[in-house]
Amino acid sequence: MAVLANKQRAIKISSRQILNAVFIGIGAVAVFLVFDAIIGGKCDSKCVIGTLNQAIRYAAPVALAAYCGLMCERAAVINIGIEGMMLTAAMVGYGVNVYAFTWLKAGGMDPALAGDASRWLSLLLAIAASGLMALLHGVVSIRFKADQIISGTVINILALGITGYFYRQYLAQDIPPGPGTFAPFDIPLLAQIPILGPIVFQGQKPIVYFMMIVTLLIHYVLFFTPWGLRTRAVGENPRAADTLGINVFRVRYINVLLGGALAGFAGAWFTLEAVDVFNPQMTNGLGFIGLAAMIFGNWSPFGALAGALIFGLGNTITTTISIFRPDIPSQIPQMLPYVLTILVLTGFVGRAIPPAADGQPYEKQ
Amino acid sequence: MPPALQATGITKRFPGVLANDHVDFDLQSGEIHGLLGENGAGKSTLMNILYGLYQPDEGTISIVGTPTRFSSPHDAIAQGIGMVHQHFMLVPPLTVTENIILGQESLQPATQFLGQLSALDRRSAAQRIRELSHQYRLDVDPDAHVKDLPVGAQQRVEIVKALYRRAEILILDEPTAVLTPQEADELFVIMRELVKQGKSIVFITHKLREMFAVTDRISVMRGGKMVGTTTPKQATSEMLAEMMVGRQVILQIDKQAAQPGDVILRVGNLQVQDDRHATTVHDVSFEVRAGEILGIAGVQGNGQRELVEALTGLRPVSGGHVALLDHDTTHATPRQITEFGTGHVPEDRHKHGLVLTFPVRDNLVLCTYYESPFARGVEIDEAHIENEAQKLVKEFDIRTPSTGTLVGSLSGGNQQKVIVARELDRPVKLLIVNQPTRGLDVGSIEFIHRRIVEARDRHTAVLLVSAELDEIMSLSDRIAVMYKGRILDTLNAPDATREQLGLLMAGVKGGAHV
Ligand SMILES: Nc1ncnc2c1ncn2[C@@H]1O[C@H](COP(=O)(O)OP(=O)(O)O)[C@@H](O)[C@H]1O
Ligand SMILES: [Mg+2]
Repeated sequence: MAVLANKQRAIKISSRQILNAVFIGIGAVAVFLVFDAIIGGKCDSKCVIGTLNQAIRYAAPVALAAYCGLMCERAAVINIGIEGMMLTAAMVGYGVNVYAFTWLKAGGMDPALAGDASRWLSLLLAIAASGLMALLHGVVSIRFKADQIISGTVINILALGITGYFYRQYLAQDIPPGPGTFAPFDIPLLAQIPILGPIVFQGQKPIVYFMMIVTLLIHYVLFFTPWGLRTRAVGENPRAADTLGINVFRVRYINVLLGGALAGFAGAWFTLEAVDVFNPQMTNGLGFIGLAAMIFGNWSPFGALAGALIFGLGNTITTTISIFRPDIPSQIPQMLPYVLTILVLTGFVGRAIPPAADGQPYEKQ
Repeated sequence: MPPALQATGITKRFPGVLANDHVDFDLQSGEIHGLLGENGAGKSTLMNILYGLYQPDEGTISIVGTPTRFSSPHDAIAQGIGMVHQHFMLVPPLTVTENIILGQESLQPATQFLGQLSALDRRSAAQRIRELSHQYRLDVDPDAHVKDLPVGAQQRVEIVKALYRRAEILILDEPTAVLTPQEADELFVIMRELVKQGKSIVFITHKLREMFAVTDRISVMRGGKMVGTTTPKQATSEMLAEMMVGRQVILQIDKQAAQPGDVILRVGNLQVQDDRHATTVHDVSFEVRAGEILGIAGVQGNGQRELVEALTGLRPVSGGHVALLDHDTTHATPRQITEFGTGHVPEDRHKHGLVLTFPVRDNLVLCTYYESPFARGVEIDEAHIENEAQKLVKEFDIRTPSTGTLVGSLSGGNQQKVIVARELDRPVKLLIVNQPTRGLDVGSIEFIHRRIVEARDRHTAVLLVSAELDEIMSLSDRIAVMYKGRILDTLNAPDATREQLGLLMAGVKGGAHV
């Protein structure tokens, strides 16, 4: 009996997932055909591979932001400050990259070595900066049990202030020449796989590859390890976890900090991988799009990745259209990724269920 | 041999409440020790202290003679204490295995060096759960998801969870509150089996009958203090009730045979949906006559709430009809239904019965404030309302500092008396009461029961919905049993037995499961 019921449940879930996948597939083909028509049938197989490769690149910050939200919310802490954490990380990444490079060079280091050193150092400090903001969010919402939406909003505003200040003071003009962004590279062996290789494993930069690894890692941690089990329990019924001797506060702090680190990677992507400048609007709402991807993916890493990829594809197509068809006002294609996000959220989500204790501070007694 | 568990002088204060006041308690190895007390007596607090969830302000705990301190449940678990909480501590979306191993996960040996990031070994855990389930005859399916299990099975999961942690002492906090009488009997069989295999059990309840059914010793708490300890052989129900309440109580309501008159409420083929649009009341038909009490028995969640909400106009009816005397009230508004002469004591007194932030006086006229003499045109007549409130406070023995006190600051019993006073003071022809005494002290229960029977004797038709079988059996003249949204059977109260009703509540009719 019970076994039968289990089977039925498994089938139900997978049939829904299949249906979703089919819809996404049809949608992707339709979007592509329209796209091809707009640019005048110029997209050959190389262009398709290039588009998908680029889509993954654009999906990376969204996916990482989604994973940040996912780590926090699986432990029942809502984090809408991802945008602010990313912006701070982007700013720190850029600033450290430029100035560390200048100092190292002035200290007589070989420019190539100085470039590498400052890039990795700035990635590290970007993560630390974002982690610091996550710590703030954690203390305010876990320790002081403040409203998590307000705390997240405060983080976003704080980030605007901080980055705006440093931008005007140090990063707007008279910037010394920096070492530039990370260089793209291929993954040995995997890059040789036909079709998949050129799409996924060629010509990406470190944070994008990191995003791929971290997807698997989070899936493993969340669903196959004691830590993941405890995290999910704390997100669903913290008192039950408490009665089994699990330290609810500790689990929440660590998850929020890990989330902050992931938002740091997402932010660093902008200034250490995408472009070699910083401007205070550059995260452009992608932190929030990340939250949408997280909801779309039902708080699971692979689902969130699918959401991020849809957004990345939209973004790539937008860029290509504005190159091939300068006659179309650029604002119109630029709306596409956001419109896609709204459509996907309203069309597919339906039964997305957040962790039961999401957003509720834990009272010990 | 020293007791398995001994607590001495335990004191615990919460803001404004002395929940435990120098309580002594001991559990001998191999016994079932019953702990009896009214709601709020401090039983759960004491047990949460013994389980390390709360820290006592004063007092000591010893395990087999050795003094110990528990700074978290972790310590208590390590000392072999397991607890099944009054509200289950399960994570519904997780599987039975995941729930049981949580916090004490078994790991794949090869990955153990990764600590909390090593891979779970679900298979060996499930195997151990099957063994425990077999050894103690606790039927659980390790692969099921907890959210799909009925409460009885969830409770077994909780017990296995404690055994999985090698508990020698089991604390069961009001385990029977959510069970049908048959399920409770099954639990007692399990408890005896556990004791036979060397475990010791603290069994908490506020039902006297269960104390005699299963315990070796009985302790009674009242108002945060330990009143005394006795044995089922020495004790009588009257004596235990008196220890619980602090004065003599009449356990059996005196009532004359009913004198049923005209049909007041007629319900035909009623269909009602819940908030998620699932039909939870199927084809329900019954009548209630003037001067009789129709009791609706059933385990909570079998459509009783939706039924009552539909009858009182709080929820739309999706099929069938309802008539009050000669009026069709199928789609009537709550106010129309009230004005046709219906009194309603709702299930959730905080949400639907009272405005907690209003004073007692305003809550007493919530159904009539807009009519003469409480209102003149658009103006409220405070003096009349105050007079009425004074009268009701006296008549219904509502213990409140003044009629201006906010109702939210009264005790549960007095809040319920405010509702009963309001609903019975009007000339009602039909009284619908849903869970009228849930969570109340024995004194208030007795008072409210008496008022319900008095209303019947004044020729009011009464529909009583309750999950407490004792309440249904002592008040009703006829008993209808609801199961999965249907009325399985209607019995005459004097002929109905507890066993018969229990089987119907579990969905068994005429020897077959429906
Ligand atoms: N966490 C808490 N905070 C404040 N007061 C509490 C808390 N837990 C229990 N109380 C109060 O302590 C008293 C005893 O409660 P409890 O131990 O739950 O009683 P019982 O289990 O016997 O019904 C009650 O007055 C209750 O309101
Ligand atoms: Mg209790």
